[in-house]
Amino acid sequence: MLAGLLAGAADIGPGRVVLQLLDWLPFVSVDSGLTPVEQGLLFELRLPRVLLAAIVGGLLAIAGAGYQGVFRNPLADPYLLGAAAGAGLTTTVAIVFMKGDNQALLVPAAAFAGAVGGVLLAYALGNVAGRGGGTATLVLAGVAVSSFLTAIQTFLQQLKVEELQRVYAWILGDVGGGWTQIALVAPYAVVSVAIMMLHGRLLDVLSVGDDEAVSLGLDATRVRLVVLFAASLATAAAVAVSGLIGFVGIVVPHVVRRLAGGSYRVVLPLSLIGGAAFLVLADLIARTVLAPAELPIGVVTAFVGAPFFVAVLRVTKRVET
Amino acid sequence: MRPVRTAFAGALLGVLALAGCGQSSTTASPSAAPATAAPATAAGFPVTVEAGNGSVVLTQKPGRIVSLSPTATESLFAIGAGPQVVAVDDQSDYPAEAPKSDLSGFKPNVEAILARKPDLIVLANDLDDVVSELKKVGVPVLLEPAATKLDEAYDQIADLGAATGNKAKADEVVAGMRKQMEELAAAAPKDNKLTYYHELDVTPYAATSGTFIGQIYGLFGLTNIADKAPDAAGGYPKLSAEFVAQADPDLVFLADTKCCAQSRDTIAKRPGWSKLSAVKNDQVIALDDAVASRWGPRVVDLAKQVGDAVRKAVAG
Repeated sequence: MLAGLLAGAADIGPGRVVLQLLDWLPFVSVDSGLTPVEQGLLFELRLPRVLLAAIVGGLLAIAGAGYQGVFRNPLADPYLLGAAAGAGLTTTVAIVFMKGDNQALLVPAAAFAGAVGGVLLAYALGNVAGRGGGTATLVLAGVAVSSFLTAIQTFLQQLKVEELQRVYAWILGDVGGGWTQIALVAPYAVVSVAIMMLHGRLLDVLSVGDDEAVSLGLDATRVRLVVLFAASLATAAAVAVSGLIGFVGIVVPHVVRRLAGGSYRVVLPLSLIGGAAFLVLADLIARTVLAPAELPIGVVTAFVGAPFFVAVLRVTKRVET
Repeated sequence: MRPVRTAFAGALLGVLALAGCGQSSTTASPSAAPATAAPATAAGFPVTVEAGNGSVVLTQKPGRIVSLSPTATESLFAIGAGPQVVAVDDQSDYPAEAPKSDLSGFKPNVEAILARKPDLIVLANDLDDVVSELKKVGVPVLLEPAATKLDEAYDQIADLGAATGNKAKADEVVAGMRKQMEELAAAAPKDNKLTYYHELDVTPYAATSGTFIGQIYGLFGLTNIADKAPDAAGGYPKLSAEFVAQADPDLVFLADTKCCAQSRDTIAKRPGWSKLSAVKNDQVIALDDAVASRWGPRVVDLAKQVGDAVRKAVAG
């Protein structure tokens, strides 16, 4: 977090940033030597950006852990059930067809609705297709819904090729946005994280198998639904403010599991922290490598994340997940 | 979203043009060549034109031109070739009398293009190998890609003049442009030490001095804040909002007023940008997206806007 605040395209010395942060603390007054413009920059641009990266990273990672727990599948990620495709479609519609100066609010609203809608659609379809078919049916429904929605999105994009670049930029992800974005995402973040934290122990029970869970007096289906709901809410909130940032949701929970064991009571909170740290770091790289130009953060997460993931897998070869 | 009305009107225009209802469109230039229904082998043909796709030979004066490049459309009408144009793509919104159709320059559909029975096709980019496909059919194609220098823009106008039998008028247009650009640049206050930021899109994407548009600003001795971006970021880097705020350019030129409804008010609302001097001193210049992204005759209008802004900034 601190590193993210200290570095950036604008040239403000790290030392002075620390002083300025101290100055903002109540009852402390230090002269940091920053001009008002630099202070504004730090407070209006850099601080919210670092916070947003942390929130989004944490949400995606914990949602990924939640999904992996529900589906008992290490390859599950927060976008599995159509959240990404749904958000992609509605955002494309918002960008392409709803011109206006309220796009700053319209796009997150559309992305959120699309992410939630995509998951609901997959869930409804899964239920219709196979009563009691369990998670496999749901995953397949998610795949179908994702493909279908992505097809519509692609069709719309090629109708309006001139908007392609804007849609593409959104898909690659961006955690700049200021305090408004943080205000938008905060309530959903708090609710979804709280629900998932409360269900960590139950996910542990689920992981041993449904029969055992039932014998322990646990309503497996209900737990799955609740966690799925919370994880999808977290994903939707993250997508709404930052676009489709890949890799965080699938990798971070695995890294945590490798390093700290498989109990969801541990994995969920650590994923939250790990995801936050990972995305802050990725954003830091995105902001500084080509400064003053920026890379889209989605590029960085995959580029940095993949080798890192391989390294973790190698180091922890002995540990069985 | 483009209102359905205009789409319909555009389609209607295209249909009218196709049906040969003889639109009596008057071009911007009074000395426009009279429309030739059946292109006679006018003097000067056959001609060979050096375009982006090599040497192109035109055996006779074209009378059914299809333009899939908004810039080429503007140039064709400026040099008096307007009456020879039968269809232009869906992005060619200038001049108003251009026969706008539903043809796309982004996703060129060879069959749809050929349905217009063209005897010359002008394109700005060769997507999906459209040039070689059209070549197989034997229709002359001129590829006039985005200019990277002013001289290229002039050359393209001259090319179009030669290819359409309007050479004299095209040379006149180019000479006029050159003269005006030189006068505008000469009139600009020298050593103004002003910095500027040219925004293409809210992300925010900018343009550096190395780009075509950047060179126009260069004529006025302005310094581009985006030039600090490393070459790896390309001529159109995605800048960090932080960097723009800290560089605090004297002038902000917005080329995203139409696409993204940006203005001085909207950029003042962006986090950390409210204190920009350009916002405070009213030095945010709203450009027309289309004028700022094309390399046709209207670069002069763009240069005028830049020149006025520089004068105002120096005086203020």
